[in-house]
Amino acid sequence: MRAQAAEPDPQAANVRLRAAGVKLGYGERVIVDGLDLGVEAGTVTTIIGPNGCGKSTLLRALGRLLKPQGGEVLLDGKRIDRLPTREVAKVLGVLPQAPSAPEGLTVADLVARGRHPHQTWYRQWSSDDEGAVAAALDMTGLADLAERPLEELSGGQRQRAWISMALAQGTDLLLLDEPTTFLDLAHQVEVLELVRHLHQEGGRTVVMVLHDLNLAARYADRLVAMRAGRVIASGAPHEVLTEDLLREVFELDAKVIADPVAGTPLVVPIGPLTRT
Amino acid sequence: MSATAVAPRLHGIRHRRVTVLLVLLASVAVAVVLSITIGSKSVPLGDAWHALTAPTGTENDIVIRSLRVPRTVLGVLAGIALGVAGALMQGHTRNPLADPGLLGVTQGAAFAMVASIILLGASSLLVYIWYGLAGALVASVAVFALGMAGGRGGPTPVTLALAGTAVSALLYALTSAIVLLDEQAMDVFRFWQAGSIAARGGDVVWQVLPFVLAGLVLALVNAPGLNALSLGEDVARSLGQNIAMTRTIGVAAVTLLSGAAVAACGSLAFVGLIVPHLARPLSGTDHRWLLPYSGLIGAALLLAADVIGRVVAPPGELEVGVVLALLGAPFFVALVRRRKPVRL
Repeated sequence: MRAQAAEPDPQAANVRLRAAGVKLGYGERVIVDGLDLGVEAGTVTTIIGPNGCGKSTLLRALGRLLKPQGGEVLLDGKRIDRLPTREVAKVLGVLPQAPSAPEGLTVADLVARGRHPHQTWYRQWSSDDEGAVAAALDMTGLADLAERPLEELSGGQRQRAWISMALAQGTDLLLLDEPTTFLDLAHQVEVLELVRHLHQEGGRTVVMVLHDLNLAARYADRLVAMRAGRVIASGAPHEVLTEDLLREVFELDAKVIADPVAGTPLVVPIGPLTRT
Repeated sequence: MSATAVAPRLHGIRHRRVTVLLVLLASVAVAVVLSITIGSKSVPLGDAWHALTAPTGTENDIVIRSLRVPRTVLGVLAGIALGVAGALMQGHTRNPLADPGLLGVTQGAAFAMVASIILLGASSLLVYIWYGLAGALVASVAVFALGMAGGRGGPTPVTLALAGTAVSALLYALTSAIVLLDEQAMDVFRFWQAGSIAARGGDVVWQVLPFVLAGLVLALVNAPGLNALSLGEDVARSLGQNIAMTRTIGVAAVTLLSGAAVAACGSLAFVGLIVPHLARPLSGTDHRWLLPYSGLIGAALLLAADVIGRVVAPPGELEVGVVLALLGAPFFVALVRRRKPVRL
């Protein structure tokens, strides 16, 4: 594993979320085997890798949406599958890839559902809930669209509404699975700027899966490159995103130059690797 | 817009929902009054009041107290039960065309009733209904168990629908075989299949009341979880909802509610299917409001159809199940044509 030094010390107190030797898969099909990953508090970690490398599977396991077949996932040092799921939901929010809502659901209703873990059957709505929903709508710039049905919004607005729901949940850990899928470049940047804002202003810890390497490099503190269920490299974007790594992980011939705007690595593809 | 400016608008939505709830309660009250006063023998409002508050044994008193009131109360119970069960069923399956019969309760009740007649010699309405209830519950548990087989974390909507269809088809075949062989079973089955709330008597009301109440409690407990589930299983799980438990409670509620309704009243086609479509434009997608609205609309609709059945073909009556089918089918077609059924 390259850039190994960047893997945080598993015992460090600031590791919020940790996969320890996890074996992940669906039934007989094993996708990830024996993987270790730690997520430090207050960082944005972005997982990259080719299709089918297991990055979404890993994110689902970190968010306890998928139970590991082996190994364990630790949230603040405790096994996540032994914690009450409702308590986990107060600390950790997960936004799956391309979620779907029932037709007619308004933005305000969707965001209000983020308060679910804080509600009990006898106390359905409190001023805390109301404040959190209003703040989440405000932060994502959706206050004026609060009463619009979700299906009337643009793709970028809709994705912001889902993120707003996760914000109303009030967790300081956020896992986002391809939050920019199906969005045009302007909307991708809009969503990632929001993520950066949440991280910088709110001090949230974010783990996300992204396909666009240049945006991943620009918006992450730490990149994790995966291939075939294994972490190939992990560390700061300029350490991970090298021409060698692109060949190894993506089978892509590419030049890596400095992004003229952000100074982060910029991948300029040449073509698929020709195997001899 | 600032955060403080959103709050009043959220309040406004809640106000409107309470208003709609009151209007629906009022319409059920109107339907109750119509159901008590209108029939083959119409009773003036004053006489009806007299019969309810200070009966003296007049003919009207007897009609009201022994026929109209039990019939009306049963109509309200069955309407609420089927309306709520329909909304739960559509919510859990995320399928706008699902109805409570999908769990096999209707065929389970029918089979148990006719089987009790030929095998056990059951001969009174109260006895059939006990068997009907038991049959509905057993069929639903069987469907649930089959739907769960092979799946992880509880049955999925698809496995439930497949298991329900299979179990219903099997039970229907057995029921058909029995009624061909036995004339008395055939009579009971025909009467039951049409669907009616008439001539059941107060005992039947007491018989099914506990099941309906238990089902309503479970439905209310289920509503917030169903809201989370309607965003997909992954989002529901990430919001801290236990999926398997939510599904189990939902299926138990549908079983109790629709099992009680069909055992007592026969297969009342369409109530569970149509009512949520009427309620949804008023309630939006929030099940905490959709479920009560569906119950009230179900009660008003069932009573209204029953009253129409009493006056439309004098001196006889049309069974409420027939009226519902006659009115409901074209209505449903119009609903589907006007606005495609919503994606859930």
